[in-house]
Amino acid sequence: MSSPLPLSQFKRDATRLSADLTHRERLQTAMGKYQASRQPQQAAFHDWQQARQVAAETKWDALNHLDVYLKEFEKNATARGTRVHWASNSEQAREIIVDLLKKHGAKSVIKSKVMTSEEIHLNALLEKLGYSVVESDLGEYIQQLRGEGPYHFVFPCMHLSRAEISDLFTEHLGTATTHDPEELTMIARRVLREKYITADVGFTGANFIVAETGMISITENEGNARLTAALPRVMISLVGIEKVVPRLADLALFLPMLATAGTGQPLTCYNSMYGGPRQPDECDGPEEWHVILLDNHRTRLLADPEQRDALHCIRCGACLNVCPIFKNIGGHSYGTTYQGPIGAVITPHLRGVQDWKHLSSASSLCGACTETCPVKIDLHHHLLQQRRNAVAQKRGGLEGLLWKAFAFCMNQPVIYRTMTKMGRWTRPLHRWIQGSWLDPARAWTRTRELPPLPAETFKDFWRNRKG
Amino acid sequence: MNTERENILGRIGEALRLTAPQPGHRDPAEPLRTAATAAREWLPVVEEQTESRWALFARKSVELKTTLVLCDSPSDATTKLLEIGRAENWQRVACHGKAAAANLAASLGLPTVNTTPSYNMAELESCDAGITECDALVAQTGSVLLTSRSGGGRALSVLPPHHIVIARRDQLVPDLPAAYAQLHATYGGRWPSLIAFITGPSRTGDIERILVLGAHGPKKLTILVVP
Repeated sequence: MSSPLPLSQFKRDATRLSADLTHRERLQTAMGKYQASRQPQQAAFHDWQQARQVAAETKWDALNHLDVYLKEFEKNATARGTRVHWASNSEQAREIIVDLLKKHGAKSVIKSKVMTSEEIHLNALLEKLGYSVVESDLGEYIQQLRGEGPYHFVFPCMHLSRAEISDLFTEHLGTATTHDPEELTMIARRVLREKYITADVGFTGANFIVAETGMISITENEGNARLTAALPRVMISLVGIEKVVPRLADLALFLPMLATAGTGQPLTCYNSMYGGPRQPDECDGPEEWHVILLDNHRTRLLADPEQRDALHCIRCGACLNVCPIFKNIGGHSYGTTYQGPIGAVITPHLRGVQDWKHLSSASSLCGACTETCPVKIDLHHHLLQQRRNAVAQKRGGLEGLLWKAFAFCMNQPVIYRTMTKMGRWTRPLHRWIQGSWLDPARAWTRTRELPPLPAETFKDFWRNRKG
Repeated sequence: MNTERENILGRIGEALRLTAPQPGHRDPAEPLRTAATAAREWLPVVEEQTESRWALFARKSVELKTTLVLCDSPSDATTKLLEIGRAENWQRVACHGKAAAANLAASLGLPTVNTTPSYNMAELESCDAGITECDALVAQTGSVLLTSRSGGGRALSVLPPHHIVIARRDQLVPDLPAAYAQLHATYGGRWPSLIAFITGPSRTGDIERILVLGAHGPKKLTILVVP
């Protein structure tokens, strides 16, 4: 689809960014602030570990009865005037959206943060068709001006300095240079207020779908989603089918957990539950509300019981924030909508195992992601399973041959002994070719030393020992 | 379109023929717990006494940069609101039809926008403050709970730069599970189209993770509590 192959793009960007010290320092600062604010919030829980377990059990129930809960949501939402649509893939979702825009004669769309719309590449399509599309979340707005996708699905522009943002605003909005984050925020606030007043359609995602009451719940800090759901006359919400929770009161646990793990807040500023378009006794809100339930290969992941719990994800981004790989290569290197460990687990299911299997190797398997996950997704084991599945699906090639040869040698004591001897004799010659194209171990020795071989084998040592 | 519904539900049904292992190596024979019923046990602890709950709410308000004003009487609330309005040089305010909010707004003697079904969005946008009632205050999180019915619609509490909440002392609930229980008791079966937990004034940390108030919503949140 995109020009370089995912693997070569990943290698290229990861190599470049892991050597970029300014980039790394910025990441470390941001992640340090995250850790500092998260710790006290997590500690305030009476028992965080039990809370995680209950959250995981609730999500297990939701995902393992997904059809029942989606139907319940549809029934309850429809009863209150909400239109529910179903989309199996990106094309269908885009078609539904474009049809709705046409039907309402809409020209402009204001969006709150919607990761599912990144999945279906909505902005590019709508711009091509001549619609005005504006991101209203500050970080997303900045990324839109830069013509880049979000860097981190919770902190979209965490890789930028205020000076870069100021220059960006000067270039696109003609504003004066300022390095004050407050002034920069106010510039965006002013510009986007105008857009809100004139937008025909408000476009949102959702953090949770509530089956019991036919509602969606949106978590945010800025108030942009609330404005998106209040001002335009039509509202469209694009939601992944896995976002279900069975009961409204389940949110009493999920909202504070999402805030704690996501941004280190006890609760984010606005947690809004929407249960329909403007009702007969109400004074504002959209006349029509459309909820699009998006599969986009989530059912492929659902069909794998071993990794099904990856659909429990509430997109807090905590696994990115603690990942030693993410902290060095950053978000864009992944080349995915969802970055970090969770992205490495779900992307192969959503977009093809063979194209995205390299992501599961971008992990030290340290388990920090699993430990930090508020809904107890077994992330690092899933990464290991991904490696296994990718090989099982497509064997062979040079690597397969090498392993066969290795196994053969290991099973023949004579060959094994000869080879270790030869290795010892030829080792001193290795330094002449170390790291060069002639070096068979180049992938390793380009940036590292090979460990020295001992002077004699254990077998020789045992035979030669005195007494 | 309907066929896609069947396709997706069909794929889900097919996928669920295999059972996933239970989370946390728990015994599958044990009944699953639900967040809705078990949350209170594990969430941050809230003490029993009303006074310590108010102390917690006040502490949370400071952390969140919410202004909490305890008033002796409705007339005291009016006096305090007049002071705020004068200090910020309000020219126009907005409110909704409910008695407490409407009376408070009227006492300011300023031009007032009322969010009736025919109100004008641009006029609301030009107001200096939005005055609303609420359903509850949540001690555990320092939140204001309001709905499109108790808070004058969707826009009143988020569009003007200063959100004034008028609450009664008996509206404080201990925690989020209690807030949801109250919602069920008040609205169950006849839900408003918006339920919102408002926890402090609007904020963002998108630029270098530095806190800025008033990203899109109100820059200030003031809660006036009357007996």
